[in-house]
Amino acid sequence: MSTPPPDADDLRRRVEEFLSGHDPATTEPLEFLRARYDAGLAWVHYPEGHGGLGAPRALQRAVDERFARAKAPRNNPERNGIGLGMAAPTILTFGTEEQRGTFLRPLWTGEEVWCQLFSEPGAGSDLAALGTRAVRDGDRWIVNGQKVWTSMAHEARWAILVTRTDPDLPKHKGMTYFVCDMTAPGVEVRPLRQITGEAEFNEVFLTDVVIPDEHRLGEVGQGWQVSTTTLMNERVAIGGQALPRESGMIGVVARLWRDRPELRTAGLHDSLMRAWVETEAARLTGERLRQQLTAGQPGPEGSAGKLAFAKLNQEVSGLELELLGEEGLRYDDWTMRRPSEVDFTRRSPGYRYLRAKGNSIEGGTSEILRNIVAERVLGLPGEIRVDKDVAWKDLPK
Amino acid sequence: MSDLLYSEIENDLRAGVRGLLDDKCAWPDVLAGTERDEPYDAALWRAVAAELGCAGLPVPEAQGGAGATWRETAVTMEELGRAVAPVPFLGSAVLATAALLAAGEEELLAGLAAGDRTAVLAVSFSTSPGVVLREAVHAEDGRLTGRVTSVADGLAADVLLVPAQDGLYAVDAADVTRTPVTSLDMTRRLCDVELSGAPARLVAPGDAAERHALTVGAAMLASEQLGLAEKCLEITVEYLKTRYQFGRPVGSYQGLKHRLADLWTSITQARAVARYAAACVAAGDTDTDIAVAVAQAHCSAVAVRAAEECVQMHGGIGFTWEHPAHLYLKRAKSLSIALGTADRHRATLAALVGLPPA
Repeated sequence: MSTPPPDADDLRRRVEEFLSGHDPATTEPLEFLRARYDAGLAWVHYPEGHGGLGAPRALQRAVDERFARAKAPRNNPERNGIGLGMAAPTILTFGTEEQRGTFLRPLWTGEEVWCQLFSEPGAGSDLAALGTRAVRDGDRWIVNGQKVWTSMAHEARWAILVTRTDPDLPKHKGMTYFVCDMTAPGVEVRPLRQITGEAEFNEVFLTDVVIPDEHRLGEVGQGWQVSTTTLMNERVAIGGQALPRESGMIGVVARLWRDRPELRTAGLHDSLMRAWVETEAARLTGERLRQQLTAGQPGPEGSAGKLAFAKLNQEVSGLELELLGEEGLRYDDWTMRRPSEVDFTRRSPGYRYLRAKGNSIEGGTSEILRNIVAERVLGLPGEIRVDKDVAWKDLPK
Repeated sequence: MSDLLYSEIENDLRAGVRGLLDDKCAWPDVLAGTERDEPYDAALWRAVAAELGCAGLPVPEAQGGAGATWRETAVTMEELGRAVAPVPFLGSAVLATAALLAAGEEELLAGLAAGDRTAVLAVSFSTSPGVVLREAVHAEDGRLTGRVTSVADGLAADVLLVPAQDGLYAVDAADVTRTPVTSLDMTRRLCDVELSGAPARLVAPGDAAERHALTVGAAMLASEQLGLAEKCLEITVEYLKTRYQFGRPVGSYQGLKHRLADLWTSITQARAVARYAAACVAAGDTDTDIAVAVAQAHCSAVAVRAAEECVQMHGGIGFTWEHPAHLYLKRAKSLSIALGTADRHRATLAALVGLPPA
């Protein structure tokens, strides 16, 4: 008989035991993190042996908070968002026991950063149109193609990669999913400079890259299903905690309004108040979604959250520039940099305005999200498709 | 943070009210009712107020009510909004009831809670909670003289609660002259009220009771707007699945789908802000004024957009008298003015959160 999953009390006890055996102040950070993983206190909803204890996911927060209070070494999740949020759940779902054992621990501890090789110049919203070819050569695969919008590629040890393995099948059927070694010969990472002047993202060129078959995730031809799991986890990863009123962009503009009476005009006041109301509505909607998830009643409201956020962030960052007037004509720095985190609030208003333009494109364009809401939530008929039953190689490109 | 979800009790209440309205308040009945002289559906009102007991939801049991809260009243408002139900619920079970609760009046309150009697707060329906009332009525020696225009549900009332210069008075409907107004919203008719030395009983001194009532009313109105918007979205989506043009369902065109996706997004937000406003009012939360101003500023526009899209996306049929879309449009547009326009609520909010105008 299997033991029941631990409850909140069990977890509390285990965390205390762990902390008494591993002093956060004196244990070497990596050793501490590895031990925490091995104790099943990394992501408690993962299975035993893979950093978890099969506990309810909702209990993770209390565990993280306890470790934070103890000033325990951090795995710096902000540096490995793709790894923790997307690669890990995909490896857990589709990986072999050996793959899970190899990849998950150094991923969680932050020893190995991951990136995502999905989008291509010719396959953005239509990911399933991708053309990066993987050709089988005995027990290995030879990969050629170009990927784009890859954040952290220049620091990543591994990538999750989707490829075309059978161009004669319709596009959703001929794809295969791999783990790609970013240090392998033939992987070339080039910074991709954005409208802000910096390069958060990269282009990745793959030329005769060899991937061993044991780094394939899922079956040959199952790449679309595996990718869908990755992308679903992307949406779960976004959103989450309760925010105080006037968080984010609206807070920036509200402070500016209060501090600088000389900038105020009647029209801008109207815009400000409309944005304030919309931001508060979005905040309460996020709070309601959080309550739904806590109560075990997940709803489709999550997909609305990103749509609303993108629109608001763009509107309010634009309002900030207008409110500033002359100062809005200036920019802080066009120097090409490679930031490892997006620092939205500490840079200039002009940067915020430009960076916000990405919000309605990255992680699913607002147009695609509207399609998803219309079709999956409202049940409206899908687009008339011309590509469903056509071999990938015959699609117009 | 307040609970923004619906409780099981609220879900049961909703099912009960919806069942009744499906049965007794189908839209062809509502439409037919607009062409009759009776200003509201008296049988339906009895069923909602007395039989289902919805009129007494926020009234303590000791005072003859159901001992629930404004949260449950808000759920009722959602359902009444979905059905554009022609009953004086907002006037009597919300505005008048809130005023009497704030005033500590018990006798009339018990009658309202039981559904035996109907009252209204005699103010123009456009009055905003944040705006000081211009006293149109003068009280002298227990008699009221003056005129109040555009009173919602006034024709259905047995008693009018009339704000005068020094307090809130109860006046018997038989002692005033009520003139029906041809109203934009045919399902919630207005009247003008003329008082010429009408005998009156002081219910509450000052203006606190009516201010409280207007705040509660504005919060509840957000839930009515939510219900109306949801219903408009539902019937529009259903229609777009079945209407074919150019050989495909009209609902497969992105030009329409994307607008409805955005509307759905706004409605999910409307639910959150309306629930928050109801929760604040129910708990007497210190955040109530902000919550209500946000709810009204947001929900007014959402309800109007939903009704306007409903008309537009139905095409020609949506412009006809024989389709319910116009009932929703007229209700929604009237509600965007009722108890303060969105702009007035934004002005109130600006003062509350310290963002003064230029």
